[in-house]
Amino acid sequence: MKFLDYAPAPESQALLNLKSDYGLFINGDFTAGRGTPFQSINPATEQRIAMIATANETDVDAAVAAARHAYDGVWSRLSGSDRGKYLFRIARLVQERARELAVAETLDNGKPIKETRDVDIPLVAAWFFYYAGWADKLDHAGVGPNPASLGVAAQVIPWNFPLMMLAWKIAPALAAGNTVVLKPAETTSLTALLFAEILQQADLPAGVVNIITGDGSTGLALVNHPGINKVAFTGSTSVGRMIARSVAGTEKKLSLELGGKGANIVFDDAPIDQAVEGIVRGIFFNQGHVCCAGSRLLVQESIHDDVVDRLKRRMQTLRLGDPLDKNTDIGAINSAEQLARIRELSARGQQEGAERWSADCAIPENGFWFAPTIFTNVTTSHRIARDEIFGPVLSVLTFRTPAEAIAKANNTPYGLSAGIWSDKGSRILAVADKLRAGVIWANTFNQFDPSSPFGGYKESGYGREGGRHGLAAYLKPAVRSGSRSIAAADRVTPVSKKSASAGKKSASAEKAAK
Amino acid sequence: MNRLAIPKTYKLYIGGKFPRSESGRVYEVLSHKGDFLANAAKGSRKDARDAVVAARSALGGWAGATAYNRGQVLYRIAELLEGRRAQFIDEIMSSEGGNAAAASAQVDEAIDRWVWYAGWADKYVQVAGNANPVSGPFFNLSVPEPSGVVAIIAPQGSESLLGLVSAIAPALVAGNTVVVVANENAPLSAISLGEVLATSDVPGGVVNIMTGSPAEIAPWLASHADVNALDLVGAGDLDWVELQISAADTLKRVLPPENGADAAAPALSRILAFTELKTVWHTKAIL
Repeated sequence: MKFLDYAPAPESQALLNLKSDYGLFINGDFTAGRGTPFQSINPATEQRIAMIATANETDVDAAVAAARHAYDGVWSRLSGSDRGKYLFRIARLVQERARELAVAETLDNGKPIKETRDVDIPLVAAWFFYYAGWADKLDHAGVGPNPASLGVAAQVIPWNFPLMMLAWKIAPALAAGNTVVLKPAETTSLTALLFAEILQQADLPAGVVNIITGDGSTGLALVNHPGINKVAFTGSTSVGRMIARSVAGTEKKLSLELGGKGANIVFDDAPIDQAVEGIVRGIFFNQGHVCCAGSRLLVQESIHDDVVDRLKRRMQTLRLGDPLDKNTDIGAINSAEQLARIRELSARGQQEGAERWSADCAIPENGFWFAPTIFTNVTTSHRIARDEIFGPVLSVLTFRTPAEAIAKANNTPYGLSAGIWSDKGSRILAVADKLRAGVIWANTFNQFDPSSPFGGYKESGYGREGGRHGLAAYLKPAVRSGSRSIAAADRVTPVSKKSASAGKKSASAEKAAK
Repeated sequence: MNRLAIPKTYKLYIGGKFPRSESGRVYEVLSHKGDFLANAAKGSRKDARDAVVAARSALGGWAGATAYNRGQVLYRIAELLEGRRAQFIDEIMSSEGGNAAAASAQVDEAIDRWVWYAGWADKYVQVAGNANPVSGPFFNLSVPEPSGVVAIIAPQGSESLLGLVSAIAPALVAGNTVVVVANENAPLSAISLGEVLATSDVPGGVVNIMTGSPAEIAPWLASHADVNALDLVGAGDLDWVELQISAADTLKRVLPPENGADAAAPALSRILAFTELKTVWHTKAIL
């Protein structure tokens, strides 16, 4: 063994007790789906993990009906403190089974065990713990006294942080008094189904949370279902647009957390070594499968060469390989499809004249892998500076003045995240003020916390997850009869054109449930 | 002998100026009795685009002004409107009908609405933002900021002045700039309000007022890529679902139509509808 060669240190899979087939979790029980089952594979080996059911429209109907029934009959009548107690139970069960969930997530998603063990799963528990405490304090959520829940929430989540995204969606929804139908991403359903077992252990009333699996058509059937009151979607901007179009004219409340092309701005007075760590964390964390990734490095011209040299040196020490190995930094790309997209955009970067450099690392024979890569000599018009790559690919641009950095950072239809590296506090505050992004990290990157609202400006979507604002996304003001006077009014009375037909359909869906 | 009156030419209000429609078009505005009142400018697609350019140019200054300053400017609008009560009462009575008491009440309420929203300018951030107790060595603060350029279809029912004020004031509080399509049948008080705004220290381009056909203009605003948000409060009689679908292409923030006496009722939620929450994580030093 040479310096920096590590002996293999794989995490044991012994504590996993997976089934060969998983059904849909509807009304508290696992049931077979009516669609064609599909296999979930380990992207690091391409081996099958389990067969997963597909929910067709009838299954979606059943899940929505179960959620409606649970909302009307149980969950909306439960006291806030009792809802909170269920959420506290769930938080504790996640902590108890944390290692099992981390291993399952790494198997199914391809991300390193070090991340699932230290970031994803601890945040899942933290999210439920945080929102558990909100359930009996809704008067303070910022939507006025005695706010009302919305009803049934349809939630569609992506594959990059499967269980964490589930927690971001389910915890605030339940705390606010809604019931849920959640669809995980096609390639990463496994931990959502293990989570369903946790709900059974927590004795959560049947139908409060329903988990249906399948591909995009299942998700579309869910968000288009007339019996739901809220749609929360995290994923690509193109699908987000489609959903925004489809809920137009309905009374469905919508939250969208979409793509990004985050700028990570390094000023010449930044602590360079820390900044390099932050750049690595910003773009190579989770193989760059992060909507808020710092995928555009804006570095002040005078320190460009130094930063790039140190970054390359640091990238050479990143270990790519078996995601279950505790020393692995870079795991597998989640799917063949995503790998193809990363390859295509990277090839385009070269064609357009940017200079490509990849860390020299052995690529395993099976599975989907992409070596950590940076592009220098990138200009703002290059496609790799404009399109979300969603992989371990960094585009490096330069700037001379703070004004130029701000202009380049904001020169994107997205507005999710940004980073600022500088030792000068007043500069950080002034630059942060000017950046059009929902989350800004100063001298850090990719930090998440349940108390901290997360979400985008512009075409990165709307609505916030996390914190008090994330709770408000699942509440509406108390229905009051009032006059138009200033004192009485703090609400709107929306008109709905689609509601008449939607109402009819949801009524029949309810009947079907009973 | 009676003095011969001098009628006013009612034009658009764009970028702090009062241009005619570039299209050269006008339409007849009639009194509630059907008599001719004026030829109002019939705004076009090009006018709408010019208005968006003006609103975008004015955004940096207005959003960047201090909250105290914005509050004072909005209050100044109330002061000047108060001084021109008689003119607005006359215009409303000739255009909408009704007695002097009703017209007077509408103008008073419009003035009071400016005052109410003016007071929010340096408070809504405190109410809607907060510090977040994250688990780590960070100072984490969430603060609402303006969404940007907001296109508004003003209420089209009775009470043209109050409807207009109720729609534009909340968007201005946070520092957004506005392109508003006025009440089609009763647009005169909207243009007169433009004259008030022009003399109230409201920077040119912060509010841009179009008269003409909402059905014609709204689709261009809904699809415009440089418009960040769309308030359909007065679009109930249009094909507003189509407008919302069109707005989805650029993921605009959209408020739906409202009907009845409660439409655009004064509310903090109307201010917050056109804000974005920014959360900044500041790393603390290790001491």
